Amino acid sequence: MIKKSIKLAGLVGSLALATSLGAQAQALSPQVQAALDSSFKSQGIADKSRMVPDEVQLLCSDQAYFESPEGQKKAIALQDAALKAIKPPSDGNYMGDWKAGEKVAQSGRGLTWKDSLDKPNGGSCYNCHQVTDAEISYGTIGPSLLGYGKLRGNSKEIVEYTWNRINNSKAYNLCSNMPRMAHFNILTEQQMKDVMALLLDPASPVNQ
Amino acid sequence: MKRSISSFAAALVVGGMLSAPALSQTASDQLKDYRDMLAEGNPAELYEMEGEELWVKAAGPKNASMELCDLGLGPGVVEGAAAQMPRYFADTDRVQDLESRLMTCMETLQGIPQDEVINASFGKGVRAPMEAMVAYIVGQSKGMPINVPANHPKEKEMLAVGEKLFFLEGGPFDFSCASCHAVDGQRIRMQDLPNLTNPEGAVAGWGNWPAYRVSSGTFWTMQRRLNDCYRQQRAAFPIFASDATVAVSLYMANQANGAGEMNTPGLKR
Repeated sequence: MIKKSIKLAGLVGSLALATSLGAQAQALSPQVQAALDSSFKSQGIADKSRMVPDEVQLLCSDQAYFESPEGQKKAIALQDAALKAIKPPSDGNYMGDWKAGEKVAQSGRGLTWKDSLDKPNGGSCYNCHQVTDAEISYGTIGPSLLGYGKLRGNSKEIVEYTWNRINNSKAYNLCSNMPRMAHFNILTEQQMKDVMALLLDPASPVNQ
Repeated sequence: MKRSISSFAAALVVGGMLSAPALSQTASDQLKDYRDMLAEGNPAELYEMEGEELWVKAAGPKNASMELCDLGLGPGVVEGAAAQMPRYFADTDRVQDLESRLMTCMETLQGIPQDEVINASFGKGVRAPMEAMVAYIVGQSKGMPINVPANHPKEKEMLAVGEKLFFLEGGPFDFSCASCHAVDGQRIRMQDLPNLTNPEGAVAGWGNWPAYRVSSGTFWTMQRRLNDCYRQQRAAFPIFASDATVAVSLYMANQANGAGEMNTPGLKR
């Protein structure tokens, strides 16, 4: 019920919605803001503005407020806005090459102050997920993706859900720990297609 | 279990002593042995010895030693001092961690401007002797209970800031400290992640840093550890010994307060 009414409001424009919600309640305390202002500086590609949280980050930084009725309402609205902002692949083709996808999954490079912008970022998938049997050095912050496609098939719904989840995991779970790969241009469209193939292609080692 | 995975990672990086086929369940025992072997001769001892000499050696524009530096237990008292930091210091009217306090002493006693320390790189310039002194000082708290109750009003204020910062998300990955350090038993790749929001995890984390870092072959102070955490979070650059770094340190130390001992300098992957 709440979700529906917010969806209608979302038609007005997710940006305006986010701004109006931001006007309420949540802000950093002057002490925290002062500490951030005096303690961080821009270095390389890591601009100081990275320490200014957006709406999603601010809400997910405050567990107590997030769990309040008002916080939950806000979370649903932000999730909805995130889902609406996801673009399907420009050529309508969701599947790339799983071998390239494995390279994206393995690489954790990019976006730190030591990195340059002239090389592609990695997806850092293995940092948090088990992905293939062969790679035993995997993290456990996210769920295992072993057998992802084998378990789920590749119906239109699954393909779209998986695409959306890679693009912006927070469209389904606002405070998911998974980075918003498209929202922050962490991965290119082609890289996300390649990760799609890694997860869903029956020939991928994920599905053996 | 936890320990075996860390040592596994250490062994991998250190010498490639174990080839891929050995990375089975039984490898954890071998790896524990390997870690124990390393621990018997923690290379951080070299830094400790150097730091002990530097502490009493005249240096800086004022050509004075650090012997009169007050680390919270009185001028020149080193034993047990690190186990009770960060803490409030009346002379600076600030909460300070070990490194920001050493910066104060280097300026007042030796005449080395704080900016010179802040603007140096880790392991370089005036930071190098400071890091060795850190190794010496934390070694003098080894086995002592972590005692950071944060009772002073200024400490309470900074603790509240530190807690907020610990959970504050930012940057293109949306990460906070809590993204990796607020749940038991998780890991990134093979690296265990202590849950710094509970006492046992905070003791495992706070109580084992500063540490000799095997993968880089250098001694890392807590400031350096935090700097690299923020780098990997994709955050902006945390200024050396800045309020945010001291506040987050105070939060971690206070989480560990009364729950365990300092095991410093530690030995890490």
